[in-house]
Amino acid sequence: MDAMFLSGFTVIRPEPGLLFWTIVIFVAFWLTVGRGIIRMIANMMKEREEGIQRSLDEAKRVREEMQQLQAQNEDLLAQAQEERTQILAQAKAAKDSIISEAREQAKEEARRIISTAKEQIENMKTGAIIELKNQVGSIALEVAAKVLEKDLASDAQQVEFVEKLVNEMELN
Amino acid sequence: MRIRTTGILTCLMLALSWPLWAQHEGGQHTAAAHEAEAATEEHAQEGEAHHATCSCEPKEEGEFDVAAVAFHHIGDANAFHIWGDIYFPLPVMLYDRQGGKWDVMMSSRFDYKHNHGNGRKAINRYVLVEGVVYRVADEHFPAEEVQVDCVSETEHEGEKHPAIVYKGQCYELEAKTTWDGGFTGGGPTSFYDFSITKNVFTMLLVFFLLGWMFVSVRKAYQKRQGMAPTGLQNLVELMIMFIQEEVAKPFIGKHYFRYMPFLISLFFFILALNLIGQIPFFPGSGNVTGNISATAGLALVTAFRVYTSANKHYWEHVFWMPGVPAWVKVILTPVEMLGLLIKPFTLMLRLFANITAGHVVLISFVGLIFIFGKMGESIAGATAGIFSAFVLNGFMMAIEVLVALIQAFVFTLLAASYLGDATQEAH
Repeated sequence: MDAMFLSGFTVIRPEPGLLFWTIVIFVAFWLTVGRGIIRMIANMMKEREEGIQRSLDEAKRVREEMQQLQAQNEDLLAQAQEERTQILAQAKAAKDSIISEAREQAKEEARRIISTAKEQIENMKTGAIIELKNQVGSIALEVAAKVLEKDLASDAQQVEFVEKLVNEMELN
Repeated sequence: MRIRTTGILTCLMLALSWPLWAQHEGGQHTAAAHEAEAATEEHAQEGEAHHATCSCEPKEEGEFDVAAVAFHHIGDANAFHIWGDIYFPLPVMLYDRQGGKWDVMMSSRFDYKHNHGNGRKAINRYVLVEGVVYRVADEHFPAEEVQVDCVSETEHEGEKHPAIVYKGQCYELEAKTTWDGGFTGGGPTSFYDFSITKNVFTMLLVFFLLGWMFVSVRKAYQKRQGMAPTGLQNLVELMIMFIQEEVAKPFIGKHYFRYMPFLISLFFFILALNLIGQIPFFPGSGNVTGNISATAGLALVTAFRVYTSANKHYWEHVFWMPGVPAWVKVILTPVEMLGLLIKPFTLMLRLFANITAGHVVLISFVGLIFIFGKMGESIAGATAGIFSAFVLNGFMMAIEVLVALIQAFVFTLLAASYLGDATQEAH
């Protein structure tokens, strides 16, 4: 029974023809398709790896750039703020200085006007005094002339007359 | 995790390999039968050539022989059975050992049309029986192209042999030469068969299918450069990455890339052959990895790859194991040398046994239709047979697809582990 069972079981009998063809076809497959596909996949993987690395590097670079930009923006903002305060301070200072300068100028002007006035007053005073002196002189000359003209009778009359002249002079 | 998975796989492999060993032991009985056959041949040469009995009478319908049908289906053939009575002719290349002569032709020259793959012609004593080339054992048979009466069979001690009837006389046939030394019922005969058989055709088909796949993946890669992989490209890449990460790197280590083409070729070639053998119709059904000649070829190439890349360290461990006492070396060296043969031998047997077992079980389930139907007598029985065959085969084919994957993976994994052993640096 066992013998009969195996009589047609040809697949267990190693057979040179099929063995030969299996080796030939498999080795051919290995050296062409097997090698080719591994080489291709290896290249593909390498390129993909590089691509991913490139993308990551790019992303990193962009992120860094962004951060830099942001920092720059913040810097600029801070700078602008500072500048604003500076400008404000400058403006204030300018205003203050302008005001104080104006005040100073005004004072100076006033002082100048006052001094001019004083000078004028002084001048006028001097002029008046000079005029007065001149008038007193001329009055004195007139008085003297009148005294001399009248020939004064008495001393009393003379005195009265002088007083009268003096009074007249004071009225002037 | 990996150790546990490997352990489970090993158990599975052992369990699936068991039927083979059972059959192996059975094989020894055939040695006696073979001697009987040899004796018959001697008689034939002594001039009692035509004592074998067979005729062209339609034989009695015996019991349905599931084993015979199953073995015929999983066996190799010189004409590809397509459907019913239609066969696809294949090139035949036969080498006459005695005459040293080649016979090259298409198997259709045997004129098997509408005759169940049985040739009506004998050419240089070669005949075609059910799509398989045999040769008339009798050397006095005419060497030219002759018309045979019919294909028949003879019986010796319960063992049936194909035979032909020519001019009313019965001639026994011999199969092509096999290298089993008569151990499994084959042995040396007068011719070698180097034909593009059904199995060789299937291998060529797989070669071109996988080659086409490779080309289309390369195209996809060029077209979709720098983009994520899709479809076939993704599947192929996934499998290759799986072999690289789970097999090549852990087992071989640093120099894994050098062996990737070989491992990938093994995996894809075996997987494709396993799967194409599951397709029950043309151009599938070629049972290549379930044929020991094919698995022997793969195992031999693997052994060649392993032993040619083995380093000094490996050979030192095989022939003169360092660091053990001399008397242990005396025992170890023969064991290690035997191991060099056992490794490819187990590779060959494991794949062959798993795939063959699956095919035999599948065909046996289909055989239920004929057994229950009592060869067409009981329609109810046949219906029950069809139903049970359908359910059981659905289940079996699902398992077989799994086995196809596992066996391709296991073969690759073991090849990688042998390569890893052979290329390991001294430590």
